[in-house]
Amino acid sequence: MSADSYAEESPASEFWSGARASLPVVVAAMPFGLLFGALAIDNGFTVFEAIFMSATIYAGASQMVGIDLFGTRVAPWLIVLSIFAVNFRHVLYSATIGRHLSHWGPMQQAIGFFFLVDPQFAEAERRREYGTLSFAWYMGMGLPIYLFWVVEAWLGALFGRLIPDPHAIGLDFLLPIYFTGLVMGFRKRPLWLPVVVVSAIASIVAYRFVGSPWHVSLGALAGILLGALMVPTVKKDTPR
Amino acid sequence: MSTTFWIIVAGAVMTYLTRVGGHLVLSRFERIHPRVEAGLNAVPAAVLTTLVAPAAMEGGIPEIAALATGVVVSYAVGGMMPMFLTSAAVLILLRHLLG
Repeated sequence: MSADSYAEESPASEFWSGARASLPVVVAAMPFGLLFGALAIDNGFTVFEAIFMSATIYAGASQMVGIDLFGTRVAPWLIVLSIFAVNFRHVLYSATIGRHLSHWGPMQQAIGFFFLVDPQFAEAERRREYGTLSFAWYMGMGLPIYLFWVVEAWLGALFGRLIPDPHAIGLDFLLPIYFTGLVMGFRKRPLWLPVVVVSAIASIVAYRFVGSPWHVSLGALAGILLGALMVPTVKKDTPR
Repeated sequence: MSTTFWIIVAGAVMTYLTRVGGHLVLSRFERIHPRVEAGLNAVPAAVLTTLVAPAAMEGGIPEIAALATGVVVSYAVGGMMPMFLTSAAVLILLRHLLG
């Protein structure tokens, strides 16, 4: 994949290029998709409810938190609030990638934002560094991840008992590995290393003393503030 | 429809609002302050790091070694797949040897 091959492709080849980028995500997310389906059944969901949750919320970590709380019989509004808290980082994704989607139609934007999961955001941010971020490429990446995610909820709900020990074959740690790869993909950006170090330290401290999921927002806030305050802002493409 | 169904619907609406909300708020401004711009450009590294850091901190030797390998391969080779595959291989191998 060379940077110069990105410009001016047909929608079909853009779509397939996006689909190729989805491959490691599909692999890394698979155990979690299946696990979600299995845990949902354990927590009293019907098979339909498990599939419905993956298909409509489509955000792994918040779905896990959601079904976890169902088991404890907390108030419904508190479950919804928890889902919102876990997903709050998407506000930042939306603001960041939204700046580069102005050539999409309103309907394309409305659809595109639904699919804005962590890897989708990161790969789209990288993609737009090399040229135009097309709707075809975006959906080429998003649709396989989405379809596998929904089918996995169904399979996990039906056959959850058959899932082998995920630890022995490393399945439980594939997402951190994949996310590390995504972080590395941004290493050419200004202040990348300081942002990573500060976010890592802040999130670990917040994880210890405030708790999950707030470590994500607090840790990210530290890194973003550092970026905002330290990056030289006189750039050629910034209208003043 | 069950309570569960409506909780899922509400959760889905809230999640969609987070995914569309940042853009809706930001697009109301005609000019984006350069500092905001710089902060947003730090978003990928900042947020994605927080998704890894606690897991890395709580990891044992196989987990740390796998992530370290991934970082080195990213620097040396670049691209997602080489990094992802070597890192996963190191993880599985060390878990079997040390587990």
